[in-house]
Amino acid sequence: MEQSAELQKTSTSFNLRYLADSEGVLGGIFLFPALAYIIGLVAVPFFVAIAFSLSDVTVGDTSLDFVGLRNFQNIIRTPQFRRALLNTVLFTVISQFFIILLANILAVVLAQDFHGKWLARMLIMMPWATPIALGTIGWKWLFDSKFSTFDWLLVKLGLLGAPDALLGPGLHMTFLGREYLAMASVILVHIWRTLPLAAVILMAGLTSIDRELIDQAEVDGASFWRIHMQVKIPLVLPILYIALLFGLIFTFTDMTVVFILTRGGPVYYTQVLSVWAYFKGIDGGSLNEGAAIALFLFPVLLAVAILLLKTARRMEVR
Amino acid sequence: MAVVETRDLVKHFGKVGAVNGVNLEVREAEFLVILGPSGCGKTTLMRMIAGLEKPTSGRIFIGGQEVTRLPPRDRKIAMVFQSYALYPHMTVFENISFPLRARREPQAEIHNKVESAATLLGIERLLERHPRQLSGGERQRVALCRALVKEPQVMLLDEPLSNLDAKLRATARDELLRFQRRTSITTIFVTHDQIEAMGMGDRIVVMNAGKVRQIGTPHEIYHDSQDIFVSTFLGSPGMNLIDLNDFQVGFRPEQFVPKQVADRRNEVREFSFHVNRIEYLGADRLLYGQVEEFGEDSLVIARLPEAMDVPITAEQTYEFGVSRKDLRFFNRETGKRIEPQDF
Repeated sequence: MEQSAELQKTSTSFNLRYLADSEGVLGGIFLFPALAYIIGLVAVPFFVAIAFSLSDVTVGDTSLDFVGLRNFQNIIRTPQFRRALLNTVLFTVISQFFIILLANILAVVLAQDFHGKWLARMLIMMPWATPIALGTIGWKWLFDSKFSTFDWLLVKLGLLGAPDALLGPGLHMTFLGREYLAMASVILVHIWRTLPLAAVILMAGLTSIDRELIDQAEVDGASFWRIHMQVKIPLVLPILYIALLFGLIFTFTDMTVVFILTRGGPVYYTQVLSVWAYFKGIDGGSLNEGAAIALFLFPVLLAVAILLLKTARRMEVR
Repeated sequence: MAVVETRDLVKHFGKVGAVNGVNLEVREAEFLVILGPSGCGKTTLMRMIAGLEKPTSGRIFIGGQEVTRLPPRDRKIAMVFQSYALYPHMTVFENISFPLRARREPQAEIHNKVESAATLLGIERLLERHPRQLSGGERQRVALCRALVKEPQVMLLDEPLSNLDAKLRATARDELLRFQRRTSITTIFVTHDQIEAMGMGDRIVVMNAGKVRQIGTPHEIYHDSQDIFVSTFLGSPGMNLIDLNDFQVGFRPEQFVPKQVADRRNEVREFSFHVNRIEYLGADRLLYGQVEEFGEDSLVIARLPEAMDVPITAEQTYEFGVSRKDLRFFNRETGKRIEPQDF
């Protein structure tokens, strides 16, 4: 009997001493903050949004009555929504195209050895390190309808403000006041702020390629372009896909640039879904329709994400 | 005429000298091995011949034409790297045809060339596979095939056998050599493995610290080593050296044998050999000990083949001998070979 009690004692102290070695307990402790964050700030809002989008909730009437897909039907009928949907797709596709293209060029340039490389790298990272809202406000000034620096520059270059100038006799381009120019400006600013990340991701991928493969391609007689297109790009394709995936989702769901630069204007020529959802749901008080707008592209994004992840994984295996 | 020639080739990386004035002439259809310890500059030398590194000074000629400033694609060379550097995202066919596609040769021609090269190396059935599906030996053959298909004037091989396991290496060596004899392509082979070098090279270039120490046939560099580095680097273990006042005397472990089995046709120099330790290696016995007349510091090793049935035990002294013709003498300061001395 006495012996058994002794044994009990040692075994308890044993357990306490080795508590930190038990993967079950430790895993739970370490996982908790992340889990709490995801549940509290991602999962709960997500399901609340789904519930909102299927109900008649507004700021004035907070009771949830199920209405099926009526909110979706209503929003699709409005021209603002359809224009926002189109703009979102254009905004995303065009900016991603240029980001991938320019990131390639930047990554190749930055991989070379030249004087002042560190300065170039730092300057290129700046847009990413700057608070987005601050950077966008800076751009807003550059695009200002009266005091635009670009206008001034164009006038100085003789491209604007003379009777026979290429861009017309007026003194102002009003970048943010014209349908296509406003969209182009929004896309430009978005490219400016996302490019650094894409370039750095790609550069990391390119520098991780086995040096012997590049040497081999050179000995095999391949030109710079052939090496880049047929050896380097295929080898970084999985990384490129991941960068593209993040870029797509980030751009689809982003509202900062449009919100600060144009607020969707002029009229709704630069309106995108995320900003429209905010105006409709928060400013306009129609929580149900706002949620429906925000969720509208969720199935598409999910499909795109799954597709890209699968492709990236399949290519990584080989 | 030399197929490859380097003149006073020098390469510095910053302040570090990797190659310090190398003059080399590679003959037509020759299998030349560049042998040296790691960091001796042999790979840098080969990369300069390939055009992957720019020489700090000096000139390179391939096929009589100066190529010092030409990019790799304008030198008629092919190269096989240590890792084989197969493009992982391409099939074997695409890998082999890559140099031809880079030259924009017509499709039909590419197909013919790839197929005949693949047949020569016995890899026709692998053409549709990806590199990850190949064994080490198969990868090596694909890499060789890709080099061959270019019809190069010179083939550069950078330690292509070191990634294979020991069992495969012997067959791969034989295969590589037969392939070179059949195609008669001038080949430069870089290795740190003296067994590969001795077994494969028509001639061997021994390098150390960025300099060529000796060039010669395997027999010449082994039996007629021109300096201390070459004589101690070659052989396993390397040459025994005994430090005398004015010079150093050396002899190879396998030439240091018990007096009773020494070759009586030659004059034999006899030593009293105190054996400290015996290593049994299967085919050989290695005896570690001192030559008594030269004191405690004169550590020497004798290698006796197992077939030489002389009973030896540790901590005993025996009468050993070396034929005088096998003794080598070196200048203590310069390390260079000198005329036989009285001793």
